[in-house]
Amino acid sequence: MNGAGKTAWYLLLAVAALTLPTVPFLQPYLTQFAFLWVMILLALTWDIMGGQMGYNSFGNIVYFGVGMYTTAVVQRDLFFSVEEYAEVAGGVDAALNPLEFISSLALGMGLGAVLSVLIAAILGSGILGLRGHYFAICTLGLGIAAGEIASGMDYIGAGSGLVTSLLPDAFGERGRFFYYLFLVLAVITFLVLRRVYDSRFGLAINAIRDDEDKAEALGLHTTRYKTTAWCISAFFLALTGGAFGNMVIFIDPTDVAFAGPTFGVWMVLMAILGGKGTLWGPVIGATIFHVMQEVFWTFLFGWQRVALGLLIVIVVVFFPEGVVGWLRERWPHRFGEVVDEDARRLQVSLDSEP
Amino acid sequence: MSNLDILFQAPIFSVQLLLDGLLVGAIFALAAYGMALLWGVMNIINIAQGDFVILGGYVTLVLYQAGIHPLFGVPVAAVVLFLVGWVIYRSVIFRVVDRDLFISILATFGISILLQQLMDQIFGADIQTAEAGLGTMLLFDNQVTIGLIKVVAFVVVIVLATVLVVFLKKSRLGQAIRATAQNARAARIMGINTDRVYAMTFAINAAICGAAGALVVMTWVIQPFIGLSYTIRSFMIVVVAGVGNLAGVIAAGVGLGAAEQFAAFLLGAEFQIGFVFALLVVILLVRNAVLKRQRKYLH
Repeated sequence: MNGAGKTAWYLLLAVAALTLPTVPFLQPYLTQFAFLWVMILLALTWDIMGGQMGYNSFGNIVYFGVGMYTTAVVQRDLFFSVEEYAEVAGGVDAALNPLEFISSLALGMGLGAVLSVLIAAILGSGILGLRGHYFAICTLGLGIAAGEIASGMDYIGAGSGLVTSLLPDAFGERGRFFYYLFLVLAVITFLVLRRVYDSRFGLAINAIRDDEDKAEALGLHTTRYKTTAWCISAFFLALTGGAFGNMVIFIDPTDVAFAGPTFGVWMVLMAILGGKGTLWGPVIGATIFHVMQEVFWTFLFGWQRVALGLLIVIVVVFFPEGVVGWLRERWPHRFGEVVDEDARRLQVSLDSEP
Repeated sequence: MSNLDILFQAPIFSVQLLLDGLLVGAIFALAAYGMALLWGVMNIINIAQGDFVILGGYVTLVLYQAGIHPLFGVPVAAVVLFLVGWVIYRSVIFRVVDRDLFISILATFGISILLQQLMDQIFGADIQTAEAGLGTMLLFDNQVTIGLIKVVAFVVVIVLATVLVVFLKKSRLGQAIRATAQNARAARIMGINTDRVYAMTFAINAAICGAAGALVVMTWVIQPFIGLSYTIRSFMIVVVAGVGNLAGVIAAGVGLGAAEQFAAFLLGAEFQIGFVFALLVVILLVRNAVLKRQRKYLH
């Protein structure tokens, strides 16, 4: 694609994204669209590690949950005492005024992000020494351990969860507010990641994916790069989680915050579906997945999770290169890759030999 | 940690915990042995391992509810799971055997979610158990009570493990499985149908899990969503013991069982599963740190 065409596409997308909430017949579905941005954020942040660096993490959900709980706790403890809040369900007015809400939301998200980055730096220095499937299963354990521990902590509501602050009426409709909030977050994340992938840092983490031993032999401080990548991922994921807690109002430790078997796996699946290791892949994958999920939810109610399990198997087994990976294979020129046709034909004939 | 005092004041209580742990741990070891087999032969880490266990438990539960003694569930669950494993191999696993390890992890993760949700739909999300009705055994002046079924389960585990070892050592198929584990390519050249060996290995592993599940439902409880914790336990045991080390697997299994009982008692039962998963992280980190001193890493 040439420069002008690309700019036109970006503009079109931006206009579509900005004007979508004003379309009348989409009004009831704004929360769903906000959810779409969340999904895109999940897939994008996973892809830093899984796609670009080759470290397939099942535990990124930890940062999502940490951000969510931190934000909720900040919003609670700034204005209420814990005992008072615990009785909110009994009727005490927990509403914040707009200024309180927005400042506490920003503070909570910020603190959550800082905390997550710290956790990522500490955990990363140890866990990122593991490779391949050991890393994958270790992070799987990490995510579930976090959920189980959160469900045992009384301070954050233990297993019965935590109710977050309600959005004050001054901000208009809930769906629209969070639609724009997550849109901004997703666009910022996307742009930051685009810069990161274009930089020297991006090349370094790609080198780690391709061959970590060689990268290290060439003088890259691989552990430092890996930890930094996880910190970037944790930062944006915690911001997403913080706002997400406010959107869904109720935080359940294992079903919302540290939801390993749902969000934790979905983010992996979305990135793979779109094409991992590409910039647009996670965005496309998340969009397709979200639509599919809504369809499953509508038409297969009760069996939607079964269908999702099946979907994972099918995507992973038959379509592991993803949409963008497939397009790149099909039309490499469009991706700025020069193909030596003779060598390619030779390769194909070698591959197809029995 | 207030329960720590109890252990000091009544040391006999730790005998109780230890025995409970040992007997339950043997069942973990059984599932872990299946995982080690699969890992060694096919180089696949089966995330659905624990869900096979739970499925075996549900097979037994169905028999139990039909009025049959749950001990018969052990062979029946093994046979049913053998078939399930074979079908899963023929439909999914054979496509991922030779591919990137992450693909097989994710594919079996998908199977795990699929099985969980199917069990949830069919059997409901309640915690269920099958009462074997064997009574309890009193030891040390009636201060320690052990469910007789746990002892029976322990014996069944030992018998099954012995049968497995003999099968792998002596039978034609067992030898083919071991040959494939050593070098699949050479085995193919020698005329072994490795695809069939893989299918049988996967099915045998599922059968082992099924038998383990039948024991779990009798000695403990089952619920559609706790399968993953059995997978993690198996993985942990194999990481500690190493692939292809049956004595190590059993030792690590009973060790884990005992550790869990103590953790649940000291930290509170709500932290037991959390403890298992946190222990996995710790074990992997320690193993890796030890290897790092020799400039190696887990792989």
